[in-house]
Order: sequence, then structure tokens, then C-alpha cells
Amino acid sequence: MNPRAESLVSKERVVRQVNLRKEKAAVTLLSFAALITAAVLVFVFVYIMARGLAAIDLEFLLSSPVKMGREGGIFPAIVGTLVLTAVSILVAAPLGVGAAVFLTEYTREGWFSKVVRLGTESLAGIPSIIFGLFGFSFFVIYLGMGWSILAGALTLACMILPTIVRTSEEAIKSVPSIYREISLALGASRWQTVTGVVLPQAAPGIATGIVLAIGRSIGETAAVIFTAGSSLRVPHSLLDPVRTLPVHFYILAREGISSRNAYGTAAVLLVAVLLVDFVAHFVVGRLFRGRGGER
Amino acid sequence: MREGRYEGSASRANFKIEAIDFSYFYGELRALKKINLRVRKNSLVTIMGPTGSGKTTFLRALNRLNDLVDNSSHSGKLLLDGEDVYAKGTDVGALRRKVGMVFALPTPLPMTIFENVAYGPRKKGVSSRAALEELVERSLKAAALWDEVKDRLDMPARQLSGGQQQRLALARVLAVEPEVILLDEPTSGLDPISTLRIEELMNQLKRSYTIIFVTHNPQQAARLQGEVAFFYLGELVEFGPAAEVFTRPRDKRTEDYITGKVG
Repeated sequence: MNPRAESLVSKERVVRQVNLRKEKAAVTLLSFAALITAAVLVFVFVYIMARGLAAIDLEFLLSSPVKMGREGGIFPAIVGTLVLTAVSILVAAPLGVGAAVFLTEYTREGWFSKVVRLGTESLAGIPSIIFGLFGFSFFVIYLGMGWSILAGALTLACMILPTIVRTSEEAIKSVPSIYREISLALGASRWQTVTGVVLPQAAPGIATGIVLAIGRSIGETAAVIFTAGSSLRVPHSLLDPVRTLPVHFYILAREGISSRNAYGTAAVLLVAVLLVDFVAHFVVGRLFRGRGGER
Repeated sequence: MREGRYEGSASRANFKIEAIDFSYFYGELRALKKINLRVRKNSLVTIMGPTGSGKTTFLRALNRLNDLVDNSSHSGKLLLDGEDVYAKGTDVGALRRKVGMVFALPTPLPMTIFENVAYGPRKKGVSSRAALEELVERSLKAAALWDEVKDRLDMPARQLSGGQQQRLALARVLAVEPEVILLDEPTSGLDPISTLRIEELMNQLKRSYTIIFVTHNPQQAARLQGEVAFFYLGELVEFGPAAEVFTRPRDKRTEDYITGKVG
């Protein structure tokens, strides 16, 4: 072998070694990043649970607060959170899915769909406290709803609407267009096609979006503190004010009423949100897959 | 080919489909150029041509599935039973029930075998279980699939093989009781044996249906017999009985295509 070829071969070897070293460094750094991400979640969870679990028992979950929450439980706040979330989803889900169906199936890509899409995207970026302020001045004051479940739920609905529209749109768009063509070619109308093949196929994605929106509603503080009030009583109608778990936690902690009960509330809230996310990721998909449907 | 145009109402009754100077445009692009073509009732016409020749556009004009494409337009006339399918006030749903379509790739709808076939009838309002069962059985038999699936009608249709899925697509169309069946390269994803089964089916079905079968494959067009229309770059180059077109092509382009010189 001539010396020039020999030097080329050795050069190649050096390059290969350098690449190998780079590869190792990248794997180390990236796995480190992943590890930290996981560690943060575990740390927050353990920290809150360690302080909160001591306060939680059946009594705590099922009784009303006494002395502004210094003693007693969080039952009204649990009810308030559930009702507020349920009403907001009942309002936002049909609206959001309807808007998504309209945007994807009934309009051609044009200025109108662009404007609506831009609108929903900007809406998604607005801080929740702005929604709270809007809800307060519009629903609570202008429409005279007062601090109430209705005002709070409508405000939450405005906030989660973009999420539902976006996720539903993505889910609907991911349905292969051949299914639409087959359905239309068999003489089905647009609406029959939407209900017959598009929505059943998009259902898991839409459901996941709705469940994630539920998670956001449960954890939301700023948007509801101005609109749903902070009453400690169990509500009897949609026009009664309620206090949600995050608001309860916020007041307990901010006003130094009881850090033990504040952590107890936080722990309940955290478990609820994690549970919802779990449902979104594992249960929803499995549920739909079992129904003869397929992806 | 420029065989005579529309000659009077006496001849009209004999033709199921008639294209008169029919052109189709996607924006500025002219995908079909003044097509004149007549298809007799209960006959089989094979449209043969390379990719981009306009065969699929012609099919999708017939059931107006091209309406879904932005910016598309047409000129000339496309008659079904003497009536322009593009006439104002045409009930597109009714048209598509009359003109069924089988697509290139075998694609079952994401539901059971039974529901695949019952889908079309359900959407036009058939709801009694007995009527649906009867229709499904009849359609699956006509598509030569019944014996293979009669014991598993409630299984997801995607579990069928490709060839079975394509016969299922045919059954799905037959269940709507069409008069015309359009097939857009229906065997392009199938093995030779499944392909032959589909071709045999065509020979049976052409007794009761008007069939337009699109293929890029000259051998297939020859096997299917019937009449052959050769499309090239949006033009109808030649149209006649398969035996004639393949033995004595009148146009150089047809000859080159069937002998494999272009395509």
C-alpha cells in the first residue's frame, strides 16, 4: 500500500473514533435531560404527597370546612370543582367539536377558515387571568350572573374551547380521505359521511382532547376566582357561587389559614389531574379500539 | 377518434353514457380534451392509458366525485340516460347511487363485513334488519365473496385479504343497486389470481350492469374484451372493440402503447 493510501485509511479511523465519541456524548446528555424531566415530576409529586397525605382521610373529603377551612374538610370545593368542570365541558365540547367539523368538512381552505383558525390559536395563548377578567366584567357584571357556577363555567368554556377545536380538527384531519370518498361515492350526504365514518374514526382523538380540557378546567384558578366566587357552601343551583379546589388551596395558603389543609387540598387536586391525564392517554384509546373500530 | 356525435333522439336510448365534447379542468390544467364517447347499456368499456391520461378524471366526472376538488370545472356535456350529470339541480346523492365506484386500493370501511355492505343501503334509508340481511347476502353472492365470509359477517372487514377486500368493495357498491359501475384500476394492488377473479366477475356483471373499467395495463384491457378506449394526455385517441384495437390499432400512439413502446 502506498503511503498516501495508508494515511487516508488512518484518517478515516480517526474520523470514525471522533464520531463515536460524539455519539456517546450526545446519548449521555440527552438521557440526562430526560432523567431531569422525569425527576421534576416525581419530586413535585412526592413533595406534595408527603405533606398532603397526612391531612387526607374520608372525613376530610366528605365534610365541610370549619372556621374558613382551618378545620374540617373540602367537600364543597370538590363538588364545586366537579360541577364547574362538568358544565364547562357540556358547553365547550359540542361547540368545539361542531366548529372543528365545520372548519374541516364544510369549508374549503380560505380566508374564513384562516381567520377562525388564527382566532382559536390566539385564544389559546391568552393567559387565563385575562379570561377571568373578561368573565368577571361580561358574565358576572354585564349579564348579571353574579359570582356563580354558570359565570365560572362559561368563562372556563371560553378558555378551553380553542384546545377542543384544535385537537378535534387534528383528529378529524387524520381520518384518511378515502373513507370520505367511499361514503360519498355510495350516495351518502356530507352529514351522513361525517356521522357515519369521519366522527367514529376521529372519536379517540376528540375524546383525548376533551379529557385534556377537563384536566385544564379542574386545575384552573385565575379564570374562576373572579367568576365563580369563593363560597364555602355546597351549591344548590347553577346560579350559586362555588369555590373550586385550586381556589380553596390558594386562599388557605395565601391567607395563612392552614398549611396542613392547603397541602391536603393540593394533594387531592394533583391526584385528580394525574388521573384525568392517565384516562386521556391510556383508557380512551383502549375504549374505542375495542369497538370494532380501528385506526 | 372522432366517431359521429350525437345524432338524434332515436339513437339516444341505446346509450347509457354519452360524452359530448366533454373537457375537464383543474384550474388552468386541461385534464380532459373534448372527449366524445358513447357507452351502450349493459356493456363493458375498458379505459386504458398511462398515468396522467385523464382516465380517473373521466370516471370521477361521471359520479361527480371531482366536485370535491377545488377549482375544478368542465365544459361540454356528459350524459347519463340522456341527462347531463352536471345539469343544475342534479341530485348528486341519487346520481352516485346510480353510478357506483370501486377505488384503486382495496379499502374496507372501518367496520364489520356486514356493516360495510349495509352502509350504502342504510344511508339511503333502508333500516329493516331483514331487508338489510337480504341485500347483504345478495350483494356478497354477486361479488363472489359470500361463501368465504358468510360465517364471519361480524368480523372487522380489514381482516380480509386484499383480493377479498376488493370484492367486498364491489359488494358494497352492488348493495346500493346501481346501474353503472366504475372501477378505477381495481386490481392494481392485487396478486394475479385475485386479479383474474375480479376480471371473471366483470364478465358476469356486464350482463346486468354498464361497466367502465379503468386500467393502465393493455394486457388486462385485452383480457376483459368488450370495448377499449385509449386515453392519452387527456385525449380519447382510439375507441373500438378490443379485438380491433389490439389487432389493428388505427393510431400510432395506440400501437406504441399496446406494444410497450411508450407509457
